[in-house]
Amino acid sequence: MSATTAEPPPLSPTALALRRLAGNRTAVAASVVVLAFVLLAILAPWIAPHDPSDADLFRRLCAPAWAAENTEPGYWLGCDALGRDILSRLIFGARVSLSVAALVVCIAAVIGTLAGLAAGYLRGWTDTIVSRLVDTLLGFPYLVFAIGLMAMMGPGLHNIVLALVLKEWVFTCRVVRGETLAAREQDYVEAARALGCTPRHIMLREILPNVLSPVLVVATFRMAYVIIMEASLSFLGLGVQPPTPSWGSMVADGRDFLVDAWWVSTLPGLCILALVLSINLASQGMRDAFDPRLHQSS
Amino acid sequence: MSLSRVLERLVQLPIVLLGVSVIVFGMMALTPGDPVEIMLADQRATEEQAASLRRDLGLDRPVIERFAIFLGNAATGDFGLSFFHRRPVFEVIAERLPATIELTLVALLVAVVVAVPLGVAAAVKRDSWLDRALSAISLFGVSLPGFWFGILLILLFAVHLGWFPVGGRIPFGAEVPRLTGFLLIDTLAAGRPDAFLRALSHLALPAITLGLPTAALLARVIRSAMAEVLATDYVLFAEAKGLSRRRVLFLHALKNALIPAVTVLAIETGSLLGGNMIVETVFGWPGLGRLVVESIFARNYPLVQAAVLLYAVTYVLLNFCADLLYAALNPKVRL
Amino acid sequence: MSEPLLRVRDLRTVFPTRRGPLAAADGVDFDIAEGEALGVVGESGSGKSVTFLSVLGLVRPPGKVERGEILFEGRDLRHLSPQELRALRGRMVALAMQDALSALNPALTIGTQITETLCAHAIPGDPRDEAVRLLTRVGIPDAARRLGDYPHQFSGGMRQRAMIAISLSARPRLLVADEPTTALDVTIRAQVLDLLDELRAEQGLAVAMITHDLAVVAERCPRVMVMYAGQVVETGPTAAVIARPRHPYTRGLMDSLPRLEDPDRPLHAIPGQVPDLATVDEGCRFRNRCALAVAACAQPVALMPAGDARLSRCIRAAEVSP
Repeated sequence: MSATTAEPPPLSPTALALRRLAGNRTAVAASVVVLAFVLLAILAPWIAPHDPSDADLFRRLCAPAWAAENTEPGYWLGCDALGRDILSRLIFGARVSLSVAALVVCIAAVIGTLAGLAAGYLRGWTDTIVSRLVDTLLGFPYLVFAIGLMAMMGPGLHNIVLALVLKEWVFTCRVVRGETLAAREQDYVEAARALGCTPRHIMLREILPNVLSPVLVVATFRMAYVIIMEASLSFLGLGVQPPTPSWGSMVADGRDFLVDAWWVSTLPGLCILALVLSINLASQGMRDAFDPRLHQSS
Repeated sequence: MSLSRVLERLVQLPIVLLGVSVIVFGMMALTPGDPVEIMLADQRATEEQAASLRRDLGLDRPVIERFAIFLGNAATGDFGLSFFHRRPVFEVIAERLPATIELTLVALLVAVVVAVPLGVAAAVKRDSWLDRALSAISLFGVSLPGFWFGILLILLFAVHLGWFPVGGRIPFGAEVPRLTGFLLIDTLAAGRPDAFLRALSHLALPAITLGLPTAALLARVIRSAMAEVLATDYVLFAEAKGLSRRRVLFLHALKNALIPAVTVLAIETGSLLGGNMIVETVFGWPGLGRLVVESIFARNYPLVQAAVLLYAVTYVLLNFCADLLYAALNPKVRL
Repeated sequence: MSEPLLRVRDLRTVFPTRRGPLAAADGVDFDIAEGEALGVVGESGSGKSVTFLSVLGLVRPPGKVERGEILFEGRDLRHLSPQELRALRGRMVALAMQDALSALNPALTIGTQITETLCAHAIPGDPRDEAVRLLTRVGIPDAARRLGDYPHQFSGGMRQRAMIAISLSARPRLLVADEPTTALDVTIRAQVLDLLDELRAEQGLAVAMITHDLAVVAERCPRVMVMYAGQVVETGPTAAVIARPRHPYTRGLMDSLPRLEDPDRPLHAIPGQVPDLATVDEGCRFRNRCALAVAACAQPVALMPAGDARLSRCIRAAEVSP
């Protein structure tokens, strides 16, 4: 045995990916922003300076703190048409955006993964049904589908989640089905089949761990889109109902006061942009980190 | 894509269309409560009136039969009566359609005019500041909520600078007789260049709101396709023949790079259909999108249903056209 | 000897990489005379193609010609404007490529791809008639009717001949042929090579034949230039170079080929690997694989006369062949 210092133990692919991710400064900064929004959403009741639904017409459309006049002490980002504190509403609005996005993406990932595994591994009529359903759902423009469903079901938080999940699972399903079709031909699956493992065991124990990283990448990527969808539905008045603050409906609230009070509409939009942009940057970093092919070529 | 793939898509087309109709029909079932009660909510209807409406709507028949009737009616353009307008749904939609098509086409024009030169330039000057800026802007484009972008444009160009109107399609006093429903055509046909310009200025901001994010996406597609093509042997060979730079870039390279771009464009046109609802609402544009949003709040279900079906069928057909166009542009696929 | 058609001196073409600049061609010197056929041999990555792309001014950025002279009829091509260079490409120096399927544009017809070259250089006569004449000359039957075909509608051999017709369409003085016949079967290969020989005799066309195929060089090129790791290691009359190599690499190349007259002779692959061009030093680049290497090989070596009108980049040139 030589006396040289011990080599560090080889890193697992996940650890390598995380190390690559940590080296991507843009992705790290974006993740910090996302995390900040998450903390804001969780801690909203303790952080928000005011009750987001506390209306007072004396504060109607008061300006942000940096404006020359018509400001209201303690209301740093001004108030909306009902005199509600915009900062507090933005903080609580993060809750709606993030909880809808997280719920939709998680449920869709589970459904999409299971459907994709079944379609890709079992083939036959399972695959036919799943694939036709996927094709049909892809036949709707996203927003049209969501609006149509919301129109029929009526507005509300649960219905938004339902409407978006019904479309969203398709994206995970397509990816997982493709990965499963490829995995099906791999030696480890052949071996498991030869050992007499049940299809259920092979799908959940053998193939599932190997499709998790693409599912993760798709999920983060879709999250950005879902946030925009929720905001769009809420903007149209089909989303979360008042008085619950949502960024999309806040933008809509300010539309009538663009001339006198630009901040009512613009500030919530800025939050959407910041959050969605950060998620996109972070997921781009994740895709680069988790896809070894991309990494080798760069 | 091979010829067999085109044929496969052709076979799938009716299946997808049928699936889409099933879903649109099924959406009606999600309506909470009895549709008849909702429709008659504001009118003090007797039990008999409700029963007769139920019979008229065919709600007393089995589901399969109702779906068959729905499909048959839809195929002939009969979507029933729009309660709100008290006219056939088909007629109401047809009236609003030109405004939406006009907006979509101009938005597409904006997207192509912006995206093609930018994408080509970024591919030619890879890793230059322009290339970096374009990829940053593209990311911005997909992260930007469309409704908010529209409001920012209104705030800047309409409210503050006053260059463009805040909303609407044509000001009072500039109306022209309806010929095609496309104002840019009708105003010219009526010999009113002044009205044409005013219609154009009303169109500008909504078209930009709809077109620029599409342009960001399209420019990225063109950039990567173009970068790939520029590295091929046939571009090197074309340069070695002593052709002008312009001919090499815009004939040899772009003709090949456009093949994937056209596909993306056709699919994006479909996405614009959804974006229309938002943009038309923001700008008070009297098109189909705004009509649908209004109808939702007026509980005008037949119209919503018909419009959703129309959007979905258009989208499916556009995707199919994208495949055909791909085949047509690519001489390796002979039809 | 009068002024050669093309004279290249001390050409250095570099590509920046993360490990530093990589000189794909480094200190390359050679001449090609009018009507001459020069064989250029060497393995992939030896700098053959880069050298001639440098001559055409077609090195893809971020690669660039860093140093050297490229004199075509006495004019240094490195000092021409992009317009002047473009007028020269195709008209004076033309390129024929290895794989016609990738060299021809899949989205344009063969006819377009010939006539555009004719038009770009304002070749007199009706471009269509001229195109038919050119295609017929390379042996494409029924050429007039095939102008409207796309490259994928041609068979492999026809495609290759069509590409050569395009390369020759503006009647260039020098044809750089980068493995132009590798993909062809024997009869068609002979046909194409015969055509080039004819043009050399008739019009004084000079040909630089870049190839792996020493048989083609032995048969068609009176002079040969051997490249290794971005440098010319040996040049001279082909017969002499093949019979008595004056560089260990050329020797290794010969030993690795089967010979018709001695089929039982054992084949020797050259041991070792081509050096990493981003990290090579000043010395001989072949010394890590060379049986004759001595300490002095770490010093810079120039291309030196080695008898029989030959040049060799080896300090022990005289000892290479018995």
